[in-house]
Amino acid sequence: MSGSNTGTLEVSVWRGGENGRYETYTVPARDSQTILDIVTYIQRHIDPTLSYRFACRVGMCGSCAMTVNGKPRWTCRSHARVVAENGKLKIAPLRNFKVVKDLAVDMEAFFEKWRRAEGSFQGTQTRHDEFAVVQPNSKQRKHADAGIECINCGVCYAACDVVAWNKDYLGPAALNRAWTLVNDERDNKDMTRLAAVAGDAGCHACHSHQSCVEHCPKFLNPTASIAGLKRAAAAAALKGEI
Amino acid sequence: MSARFETYLWLAQRITAAILAVAVIVHIVTIVMAMEGGLSAREIIGRVQGNMAWLVFYLTFVVSVAIHAPIGLRTILREITSLSLPAINALVILLALFLGIAGFRAIFGLYGFAG
Repeated sequence: MSGSNTGTLEVSVWRGGENGRYETYTVPARDSQTILDIVTYIQRHIDPTLSYRFACRVGMCGSCAMTVNGKPRWTCRSHARVVAENGKLKIAPLRNFKVVKDLAVDMEAFFEKWRRAEGSFQGTQTRHDEFAVVQPNSKQRKHADAGIECINCGVCYAACDVVAWNKDYLGPAALNRAWTLVNDERDNKDMTRLAAVAGDAGCHACHSHQSCVEHCPKFLNPTASIAGLKRAAAAAALKGEI
Repeated sequence: MSARFETYLWLAQRITAAILAVAVIVHIVTIVMAMEGGLSAREIIGRVQGNMAWLVFYLTFVVSVAIHAPIGLRTILREITSLSLPAINALVILLALFLGIAGFRAIFGLYGFAG
C-alpha cells in the first residue's frame, strides 16, 4: 500500500460465522485506500486468521463484495475516504448469503439460481457455421448490451429485500442474466427460459424497489431487465407458448 | 403451468390496477362532491338508483377490487408468513369472494334490485 499516512481509521469487522461478533481494529489511513486494502492490512499486519475473498482487485471478478457501513459494495473499488462515516467503518459479510467465516460468504445458492433461471447460453450453430451477424443497433442487441456487464458480485442480491423475504426468489442478477439471453438472437432456449423465470418466485415476485439499481457497482438496471422479462412472459403466455 | 398461471395473475393485477387508477379517482371525486352540503341516504339513492352508468361503473370497480387486492395480498402473505402456497391461495380466494359478494350486495341494494 502506498501513499502518505493521514491518521487512523477505526474499523469494526465481522468475525466468526452466522453467530459471530464485531471486532474493532485500528488501521492507518492512507490516500486512495480501498476497503479491500483495509481488510488486507488487517489480515497481513494484525490478525492473519481473518478470512475474506478477493481475486482481481480491479473491479472485474466480482469476488470481494461485502457490507460496508450497512451497504453492499465491491470493496476493491470503494474508497475508505468516501465510504467512512466520522472516520469509522463497519465491515460485514454480504446480506442474504450464508456466512462461511468472517467476511467470506457461501455463494452456492446465488449461482444455483442462475442455473434455475436457465442462465446458460444455448446456441444453434456449430464452429463450422459462419459467424452470427448481430446488428449493433437492433433493439434486442441494445437490451442485451444494457445488462451484459454483470460481474456476478452478488451486491444486487444482497441489496434485494424480496430475496430477504422469499428465499426462493431468483434475484436480480439471475433474472438480469436471463433477460440478456432472451435478447441474444443466437440463443434458442427462450421459451424454456421464460417458463423458468416466470414461475413461482421468479420475475413476477419483484416489487421494483430498485435497491439492485441503487447499489449495482456496474450501474446496471436489473429492475428494467426484470420488467422486460415480465413483458416477454406476458406475451408468451397470451400466445400459449409458456 | 406455474409460469403461465403466475403470468396471468400478474397481467390481471396490472389490468385491474389501470382500471382502479381511474375508478378510485372518480370514486373519491364523487365522494367529495356528494359531501358538499351534507350527506344523506336520500341523496345517494337519488343519484345511484336506476342509473345504468353508475351500475356499470361500480360493477367494474368491485370486480377490479376483488381481482386486484387478493393477488397483492397473496404476494405479501408469501413474503411475511410461512403458510404454504395452497393455504394462501385458499385464503385469498375467500377474500376475493367476500369482496365480490359484499360489493355486489351494496351495488344491487343501491341500484334498486333489492327493492
